[in-house]
Amino acid sequence: MGVKEEDSTISKIMPPIEQEINDEINMKVKKYLRGEGANLEGLRDKKLKGQLAIREELYGKSAKAAAKAEKWLMPSEGGYLEAEGIEKTWRIKQEAIAREVDILSSKNQYDIVLPDLGPYTLDFTSSGRYMALGGRKGHLAIIDMKNMGLIKEFQVRETVRDMAFLHNELFFAAAQKKYLYIYNWQGTELHCLKEHGAVLKLQFLKNHFLLASINKFGQLHYQDVTTGEMVGNYRTRLGRCDVMQVNPFNSVVALGHSNGTVTMWKPTSPIPLVKMLANHGPVSALAFHSNGHLMATAGMDRKIKLWDLRKFEVLQTLPGHAKTLDFSQKGLLATATGSFVQILGDFSGSQNYSRYMGHSMAKGYQVNKVLFRPYEDVLGIGHSMGWSSILIPGSGEPNFDSWVANPFETSKQRREKEVRSLLDKLPPETILLDPTKIGTVKPTRKREKPSKQEREAEMDAAIEAAKSITQKNKTKGRNKPSKKAKKRQEGIERAKKPFLEQQMEEEESSKKKKQKIGEENELPKSLQRFARKKATS
Amino acid sequence: MKVKVISRSTDEFTRERSQDLQRVYRNFDPNLRTQEKAIEYVRAVNAAKLEKIFARPFVGAMDGHVDAVSCMAKNPNHLKGIFSGSMDGDIRLWDMASRRTVCQFPGHQGAVRGLTASTDGCVLVSCGTDCTVRLWNVPLANVMHSDDSSDNSAKPLAVYVWKNAFWAVDHQWEGNIFATAGAQVDIWDHNRSQPVNSFEWGKDTVISVRFNPGEPNILATSASDRSIAIYDLRMSSPARKLIMRTKTNSIAWNPMEPMNFTAANEDCNCYSYDARKLEEAKCVHKDHVSAVMDIDYSPTGREFVTGSYDRTIRIFQYNGGHSREIYHTKRMQRVFCVKFSCDGSYVISGSDDTNLRLWKAKASEQLGVLLPRERRKHEYQEAVKNRYKHLPEVKRIVRHRHLPKPIYKATSLRRIITEAARKKDERRRAHSAPGSMPREPLRKRRIIKEVE
Repeated sequence: MGVKEEDSTISKIMPPIEQEINDEINMKVKKYLRGEGANLEGLRDKKLKGQLAIREELYGKSAKAAAKAEKWLMPSEGGYLEAEGIEKTWRIKQEAIAREVDILSSKNQYDIVLPDLGPYTLDFTSSGRYMALGGRKGHLAIIDMKNMGLIKEFQVRETVRDMAFLHNELFFAAAQKKYLYIYNWQGTELHCLKEHGAVLKLQFLKNHFLLASINKFGQLHYQDVTTGEMVGNYRTRLGRCDVMQVNPFNSVVALGHSNGTVTMWKPTSPIPLVKMLANHGPVSALAFHSNGHLMATAGMDRKIKLWDLRKFEVLQTLPGHAKTLDFSQKGLLATATGSFVQILGDFSGSQNYSRYMGHSMAKGYQVNKVLFRPYEDVLGIGHSMGWSSILIPGSGEPNFDSWVANPFETSKQRREKEVRSLLDKLPPETILLDPTKIGTVKPTRKREKPSKQEREAEMDAAIEAAKSITQKNKTKGRNKPSKKAKKRQEGIERAKKPFLEQQMEEEESSKKKKQKIGEENELPKSLQRFARKKATS
Repeated sequence: MKVKVISRSTDEFTRERSQDLQRVYRNFDPNLRTQEKAIEYVRAVNAAKLEKIFARPFVGAMDGHVDAVSCMAKNPNHLKGIFSGSMDGDIRLWDMASRRTVCQFPGHQGAVRGLTASTDGCVLVSCGTDCTVRLWNVPLANVMHSDDSSDNSAKPLAVYVWKNAFWAVDHQWEGNIFATAGAQVDIWDHNRSQPVNSFEWGKDTVISVRFNPGEPNILATSASDRSIAIYDLRMSSPARKLIMRTKTNSIAWNPMEPMNFTAANEDCNCYSYDARKLEEAKCVHKDHVSAVMDIDYSPTGREFVTGSYDRTIRIFQYNGGHSREIYHTKRMQRVFCVKFSCDGSYVISGSDDTNLRLWKAKASEQLGVLLPRERRKHEYQEAVKNRYKHLPEVKRIVRHRHLPKPIYKATSLRRIITEAARKKDERRRAHSAPGSMPREPLRKRRIIKEVE
């Protein structure tokens, strides 16, 4: 006790600067701890408890070390935009920003006007170095964003609905009029994936090497791009759907449907993991925060909703349409409708999004897609008249990790990384709603007795199943309606039987129990000692 | 308005000259690495698979003897040297690195039964069924490098003839004394032609003897009357004796915890005892399907190797109930002697088929000098495997061993037998008065009594 008190006095005495530093480090440590430590109180196995305590201590130490090393490992600081006086951040124009920032960054503000092959969709590689562009009317291009060099552009002369890079910039997939195609960076067609059909949206799951697509008929396909195997092919049964987004946290694919529901899928199950009513009206856009806890949906009902994915609850409802949504690495949310792009930010720290910046394109430009460029303070906008790029200070992660995504990657490093990522390729079974569940033990749950209602429901279900069995046509004589009805009735009886038997048994046993209790009660006190005792006593 | 945006100039983030190393930046933010647990799990599975792929434990066989190898001794002063004695009386010194005989001693008339080297590694002591103890001068280390000398004969330093055939010999860890086992336990000095002391407890033959590594005056023996006895040289009579249900073939002390020893028993199990508390074994090491013939501890004291009459070698954890590893080859016959090398990275076995075999102690270990990167990779793989070892997929791969058919069948048969015995016991217990048949753990069940 004495030691503790001493501790607290020390912390009180600490000068304010040190206190501040301490608090800052504590904040950082929290980031690396990945949740709270395990509670070891209830453990009875002393040996295990000791081992786990040591491990917990180790986790704490490593988190602390990571937090301390941050100072040296992370040389760059994030961007910011601060208003002074009566200024408001959302009134600050791109031109004003351009005057303030360095030349290198101001090069990231531009409009490329390509009116002919219009509305453009775009995709970045995970490092943000390369951009793929797809014009609706068949214009495909790859651009090196570092030196603004066009690597390749070509015309496929048919509708292009979506584009997605595969694991690196050398390959990309394009959803065209009838089929899905995979091209390499030189524009050579490598594969034509006919099985996917007329794909509307495409997503690539980096860790699993899966190409997910949703086609015109609402069929969701998962194809392994390393082996070519079709891992999953599921009908959503919710009609045409052109809103698809992967949750980067757990690689679950979310689809937004025209009846306002959002469904979440994994490649190993034909039914959705989650089916939730997000908006009253067709869902027009979806986006996920990179920490996996936050989802934004926009609907035709003029609402943009922010969802907490841990509880599946609405955190915030904002008014407004959005054709497209995107979260940045630092958690800014870009929404765009018509020719107006708005950036929302969470500055209170309590997931309460408010206006941060706005940008209106020239009149008549219809924004098709907004996408934040990873590791840069840049927002890419694909619209009906080409594409644009604007600066959004504070949107990107300032420090990249060379082994995760390196914007300055050399070709040798790229080759090395390809091999490593293939070695670590995850099997499709690892896609779960909670990826931290992998490697943990399933808690043993005692099987409780089903309640009477549950049992009845089960019986009803069994009867329904028996009823719905369609009988084959038999040879003459046996095919009479009366025989058929009889057979059906027999099937129903058979389905009912085990439930009824169980019920009977329970009733009997309860009767016996009652009887026993009754007998004991019946005997007068003086005679109770002569009653037969139980064998166990 | 204050504004700053991320701006990375290429020169700052790339190397200046082509000879420079590429610059590496790290950011350990968990948000950048999604699904890290799944990736780690996949790596653990891959590491387990790689371990299986690289599991090539057999290094080579050393042939030269013309009869079964009966005993071996390590040279405590020379890592590569190993002595072996065979049933035809031949004693050889081998160089493990080149797997060749360095020196052949003239040996005994009958079978060599025991071999041991003195602490300084200069004197080799052998004993055999011809009732003699012979002391040999071990050639120096530099001689061992000369390749030519396969018939580098040496004359025995001394020959001491005694009354009875010998079964085992062991040298004191620090000191000048060695002990032989035969009709009784004799304590010898290098320079005396007769034992300086002898102990006898019962009339049966003593078949193995081992000195305690920590306390130089204590030794443990096992005898054919199924007993394990502990002697103290400072006392005139033996200290303690433990009688088990079956014979103990060999004993090894744990070099790191010198109060503990493990006994290789005829009933296919090994029993670890605390020498201070003999009424109960500390651990029973099951897995062999025939009598365990010899046992030797790793110098780390964390694991030991056993050789068995079932033609296999197994490696156990010092506190593990089941073996970590099983080694076998088609040509290896009954194993009579096993040794851990002095650096703990190899295992040597001598068997009925006249060969010594050299095995790696860790089946998939990479031999040779490791680059730091390689070493780190191995360490990482070991760590992830260890972290996910409880998961069924990893466990299955790590545990899987291909067994020879006879061993596999014998294992399943033994399982049936023990299960039947257990069932019978349960039924007996159910039909007898409560408390009349107390449950006895296997650690105690095989012990008959302890005599002081």
